Amino acid sequence: MARFVIRRIGSAILVMFATSVLTFLIFQAIPSGDPAFRLAGKYSTPAQVDSIRKEWGFDKPVYVQYVKTMEKIFDGSVISYTQQLNVDQTVIHDLPATLSVTIGGAVIWLLFGVLFGVLSAIRAGRYLDRALTVLAFIGVSMPAFFLGAIALYYLGYKAKLFPLGDYVPLTRDPGAWFSHLLLPWITLAVLYIGIYSRILRSSVLDTLGEDYVRTARAKGISERRVLVRHALRNSMIPLISLWGLDFASLLGGGTILIEEVFNINGVGKYVGDSIGRLDVPPILVVTVFAAFAVVALSAVVDILYAALDPRIRLSS
Amino acid sequence: MSARRPGSSINGKDTGIDPATSTGTAFSGTLAPELDGGSKVELAPEMGPYQIAWRRLRRNRVALGFGLLFILIVVLCLLAPVYASDVAHTTPYANHVTDTVQVGGKTVDVVSLTGLPVGPTWHGRFFLGADANGRDVAVRLLYGGRNSLEIGGVATLITIVLGLLAGIVAGYFRGFADGLISRLLEVIWAYPVIVFGAAVGVIINVGGLDLGFVKLNGGTLLVPAIIIGIVYIPYVARPVRGKVLSVRGLDFVDAARQQGLGHMRIMAGEILPNVTTLAIVMIPLQLAQSILLEAALSFLGAGVQSPNPSWGTMIGDGTRLIPGAIHLTLVPGTMLVLCVLGINIFGDGVRDALDPRAKLRIER
Amino acid sequence: MSESIPAGDASSGGGGGGGPTGGSDRPVLLAVDGLSVSFRTEQGVVHAVEDASFSVGRGEVVAVVGESGSGKSVTGLTLMGLTQSPNATISGSALLSGRELIGASQATLRDVRGAEIAMIFQDPMSSLNPVTRVGEQIVEQIRAHDDVTHQVAMDRAVELMERVGIPRAKDRSRSFPHEFSGGMRQRVMIAMALSCSPTLLIADEPTTALDVTIQAQIMEELGLLRRETGAGILLVTHDLGVVADIADRIIVMYAGQIIEQGTLDELFYDPQHPYTWGLLGSITRVDRLRTARLPAIPGQPPSLLNAPVGCHFRPRCPHAFAACTQPPALEARLAESLQHRDRCFLTPPEKRRLRLVDGLIGLAAGETVTS
Repeated sequence: MARFVIRRIGSAILVMFATSVLTFLIFQAIPSGDPAFRLAGKYSTPAQVDSIRKEWGFDKPVYVQYVKTMEKIFDGSVISYTQQLNVDQTVIHDLPATLSVTIGGAVIWLLFGVLFGVLSAIRAGRYLDRALTVLAFIGVSMPAFFLGAIALYYLGYKAKLFPLGDYVPLTRDPGAWFSHLLLPWITLAVLYIGIYSRILRSSVLDTLGEDYVRTARAKGISERRVLVRHALRNSMIPLISLWGLDFASLLGGGTILIEEVFNINGVGKYVGDSIGRLDVPPILVVTVFAAFAVVALSAVVDILYAALDPRIRLSS
Repeated sequence: MSARRPGSSINGKDTGIDPATSTGTAFSGTLAPELDGGSKVELAPEMGPYQIAWRRLRRNRVALGFGLLFILIVVLCLLAPVYASDVAHTTPYANHVTDTVQVGGKTVDVVSLTGLPVGPTWHGRFFLGADANGRDVAVRLLYGGRNSLEIGGVATLITIVLGLLAGIVAGYFRGFADGLISRLLEVIWAYPVIVFGAAVGVIINVGGLDLGFVKLNGGTLLVPAIIIGIVYIPYVARPVRGKVLSVRGLDFVDAARQQGLGHMRIMAGEILPNVTTLAIVMIPLQLAQSILLEAALSFLGAGVQSPNPSWGTMIGDGTRLIPGAIHLTLVPGTMLVLCVLGINIFGDGVRDALDPRAKLRIER
Repeated sequence: MSESIPAGDASSGGGGGGGPTGGSDRPVLLAVDGLSVSFRTEQGVVHAVEDASFSVGRGEVVAVVGESGSGKSVTGLTLMGLTQSPNATISGSALLSGRELIGASQATLRDVRGAEIAMIFQDPMSSLNPVTRVGEQIVEQIRAHDDVTHQVAMDRAVELMERVGIPRAKDRSRSFPHEFSGGMRQRVMIAMALSCSPTLLIADEPTTALDVTIQAQIMEELGLLRRETGAGILLVTHDLGVVADIADRIIVMYAGQIIEQGTLDELFYDPQHPYTWGLLGSITRVDRLRTARLPAIPGQPPSLLNAPVGCHFRPRCPHAFAACTQPPALEARLAESLQHRDRCFLTPPEKRRLRLVDGLIGLAAGETVTS
């Protein structure tokens, strides 16, 4: 187990390094105009561009540029030249909002994904299963920004059931925090409920065909116990690891669309707005952080997975 | 006495018929590696796996219906120029801010003095209303659909072809090639697709791309298509690689190797047919994903560039006019959902039809 | 041959002529009568078991032998109520100590499963839950039927593991299935099966996935168990060789039908059905010349979707003749042994002549009809 953990962390660090190189190549090194000019933004003066070129080392060899870029990202000295704001500080400031959106959505979608998936599996082929299947398909075919926009219009603006977007920090008013986030959470969860219920449905059905489920039935234990203790427990393990990965990818800016639609000042909206302004430095920084978050969390997930499933523990 | 108790045993797999009656080895190997003891009943010997799949798909009326819906949308979008010139008498870019239009017998400004565009007229002109620039929404919807579908299609092509290539090469050669490809895929995989797509989209849109042999200008449709195509490669390459790894050890591959066939011949002749099913199942899935990602990127401004329409840009423009003109969001959004839903349900039907484990289903 | 088999099975004669056939002089534990199981599939109806009738006495080992797809496993699973599905049709009767199993409620079946009938499956790796400690898996079964504390159940589980020959049982009960060898896993399965002192044990290919030496150990374990507990054993297998040392009676199944049944001695020394000859001919025997090739029965087992008309074995049988297009009944065809039944139209003298191949019992490599 210890060896597995060390190896997994080692490979995560390697992949992180690789993502930093790839991000650097995309942003700074591909022949796509002048990188200094790109960082400076549309309304920059030639003098600004010149000073950026010096500061980021674009007049130096490529590897120096890479080192400079990473240095600036990690010592927190990247500036959004369009807005004259420190990027790392803005990201840290915006993180709680993104965290709130992600955690709430993830809890909702796991809960309902599992519920619908199990119901679908034990009623496979019958009306409930078909109805849930249709809902799941609509869920996975519905872009979150569209769903969010019309939900906000009909449920918020027309029916006045929900506040019209915005984010209230948990520390300021927990009630308002919750009521403002409820609609974004549901909107975010719809897609994933669709995906998770379908995955769990087929995974439970597969597991129910396993020999050890037949053994469990042969023991004379109740069908419910067969389902929960044997089928569901074994089907849940891969789902939980997927959950970790999806969580990571949302945290790394995947909530961008939800935050845009609901006007939540999180990391995602920061990226989205920066895209609109063609303001490159924030996008660069968030891209690096996003990839790092995904890699780190997927390593954690793998290690937890190994702890949960004794077979992996042994084979490592 | 008959004992039928629905529910005690949920899927057809646990009927307990001896696995060895399955003719996994008999049908040309295409589906064989996927059988893994799950299929338990002999197939009619004269039918190939694709014939059986086709027969099964033909019976799935829901899947066919939604497939038809998708085709209908494609045809409508292809007819965009005809609609624009013969019905709406305009172009997707022509603005009619100062024009008037008849709605229910009254004459109305296309765009009111307060800047709100007219809603659906349900007539030839401005059938689905106008946007803030006084452009015909129905015309832009069809032209935008062309762009969305084009990007989705090209992206899917890129993903499937490169994904197959990467997966087969990695799985077949293993060792160094596998290590390199797998690491590369893992790196792409590490980015949240939307962030990666948006980042690359913005960079290329700002400065274009000049790799010497190819030159891309910022505004072309190829930019989002290539970005989306590349982002999804790991999602195809990984399962393909896994499948190839399980197939390459089988007897027919050994036999081909012993006959002295070259690597290319074996990969194309022996390995590729065994991942075809997987690839077919993934095409609709990828098409739906690509269209959705295109819409998301365009919504954010990192995909199709204004004034070129796409469903995503139209929704993006539309949300800015909520609550005044909800039709600007509703119209392209509904079209997008219908299109993707059509692909998804049809794709699910295809997967069901090709899934050998689904063989023991109730005949009805 | 083992001396442990009590003599006299063949001479029981008068008993059980009308009901379930092929009984012995032991008190009847399980009586199966006219059991049929079919499954509706996309390709058509699969007749997995057709009109099977047999019985198992207390302390008796009855072997069900046949190739894959002969319906032998389905028979065992059906008795446990484990083949029920919306697309299964099950008919007939199976009385366990007088209690009807076919069509019984789920609640009844749950009481029977694990407590009165226990089952051992073919592949002990896939038959044990990979993420649960083996001790817990045994405990689960004990507590499903006996109202005891977890600790009491665990003590009993450890005791059972010791009894079936698992060393350091207390430590090993905390291990996961993948940490055991195949033979040890099967011992865990046996311990689990024994945990509620079942009266009938159904062993579905218990040794197929194991090494030959382990096979012998497991069979020995089953024999011991029968003597100690007096449980009846229904031993499902494709290998006649495996049952030679332990079975009292043998049922041979082919394409969903019982085609011959009788005592061990009858089946081994006076087999009546050509398919049985083929099975016997393909056993490795010490008295056979080493150099001789092990003969296999030619052809493939028929599809259960559309079994051949008449005798199901006809297409593979070198001795088939005109009458074989009619379905043969399972009946006693030997005056001297009414319990020995088969489904072959050949006369006993013809059978005794035709079954000798190079002086040993086997299926002649003659012309076979291709269908």
